[in-house]
Amino acid sequence: MRHRRPAWHVATVVETRPETPNAVRLVLDVPTWPGSEAGTHLDVRLTAPDGYQATRSYSVATSEPGRVVLGIDELPDGEVSPFLVREVLAGDELEIHGPLGSYFVWRPGQSGRPVQLIAGGSGVVPLYAMAAAHAAASDPSPFRLLYSVRTPAYVYFRDELAALAGPSFAVDHVYTRQAPPGWDEPAGRLTRDSLASTTFAPHERPRIFVCGSTGFVETVVAWLLELGHAAHDILTERFGGL
Amino acid sequence: MSLTTRGFSGRRREPDDRLPPGQTLVQRWPVLSAGPTPNVHTDTWDFVIRDEGGTEHHWSWDQLLALGVEDITVDIHCVTHWSKLDMSWRGVSLDKLFENVETEDAYVMARSYGGYTTNLPLEDLLDGQAWIAIEAEGEPLDPEHGGPARLLVPHLYFWKSAKWIRGLTMMPTNDSGFWEQYGYHLYGDPWKEERYS
Ligand SMILES: Cc1cc2nc3c(=O)[nH]c(=O)nc-3n(C[C@H](O)[C@H](O)[C@H](O)COP(=O)(O)OP(=O)(O)OC[C@H]3O[C@@H](n4cnc5c(N)ncnc54)[C@H](O)[C@@H]3O)c2cc1C
Repeated sequence: MRHRRPAWHVATVVETRPETPNAVRLVLDVPTWPGSEAGTHLDVRLTAPDGYQATRSYSVATSEPGRVVLGIDELPDGEVSPFLVREVLAGDELEIHGPLGSYFVWRPGQSGRPVQLIAGGSGVVPLYAMAAAHAAASDPSPFRLLYSVRTPAYVYFRDELAALAGPSFAVDHVYTRQAPPGWDEPAGRLTRDSLASTTFAPHERPRIFVCGSTGFVETVVAWLLELGHAAHDILTERFGGL
Repeated sequence: MSLTTRGFSGRRREPDDRLPPGQTLVQRWPVLSAGPTPNVHTDTWDFVIRDEGGTEHHWSWDQLLALGVEDITVDIHCVTHWSKLDMSWRGVSLDKLFENVETEDAYVMARSYGGYTTNLPLEDLLDGQAWIAIEAEGEPLDPEHGGPARLLVPHLYFWKSAKWIRGLTMMPTNDSGFWEQYGYHLYGDPWKEERYS
């Protein structure tokens, strides 16, 4: 295991821009950041003038040293995410700690087995990092992403994902509230059948990364096991919530 | 190092001296696991303590309960920065399970259904500090939260309270478990913020 020791870093916000109707993309300049394996996360720590601190975890969309991209969904009654989405401006400094969570990573050249990524909402952030690392390394393992979002407007990294799609990376979308015009499936929640028809089959022995809210991960993983995938081939990251 | 964040005031809160540094109080109960939630049934459940001589002490579900289930009220601190105070639990004290175990080893590897492991000093599991928990907040433990049974070691970060516990193996040295190999601290004292190694 290549273990990059986590450390504290001061990050300067270079850019904040809307990613979806309720999410931003934060681009951070972090001169001391060592780079991170695809799939890891970091802790963001906010400090109030009276010394009060709040810390939350966010996945890293990028792998290279010196720069970090985050995608942050606003939870309306949350303490930290509304601040990061609405208040933070270019030029602000944030404290971050990482990289963390090296159990949920994809490394190039590990095996020729197919890799199935399954994301719900902002859960795509670490999986996007994996897809980007896969392309950057020209790794030959076939990749597939199944991405569940409310409506087309809620897709994170839309242009980047479209640019990555090709012979060794396929993206399938599930729209839970509203599908794009001309879409052949009605909008609706992911089902076990649609999961089976848009992911690598168990006999192809994919390694599977699932990320999203806790409820999404629990539901999808239970179906994957019912479909015949092996528990030890499934890695999960649960973002919280129900 | 501690940089004030421009514009951040945080939620209005009462200072609480039961909250270790870097923790936020929650009412909900978040879930952190690295893989699928295993499906473990109490009719086939088997708990084993294995000592350095290879002797195995086994308990079935009913044998565990027969040791005596206690009410426990404790504060829980997760490494992902949330704490839940005054949680009510029910479980069996590890003092009861260790009553007839003879061992010279000072460390324990906790093993779970699903393959996870975490390491602890034996002395942290004894003297009323640790339990095999089977209920939380008046309900049988959900599989998501480690049911049917998880270790409960409330004075350490919550990853040490191994979910889906199936046994303890004595060890002479403090070898790293699953989470510890991935960078979590070898001991995990929340009051010293021993999160990462
Ligand atoms: C390893 C890891 C990586 C993460 N990566 C990302 C990421 O890349 N992007 C991102 O946007 N978030 C990510 N999260 C979630 C993030 O850490 C925070 O939990 C989230 O931003 C909410 O924080 P908050 O302070 O706004 O809400 P809080 O004040 O903590 O909670 C407010 C309310 O929202 C509920 N809640 C908390 N989390 C969720 C959730 N995920 N879904 C629905 N309800 C929830 C709580 O139950 C509570 O009622 C990640 C979490 C983990 C553990």
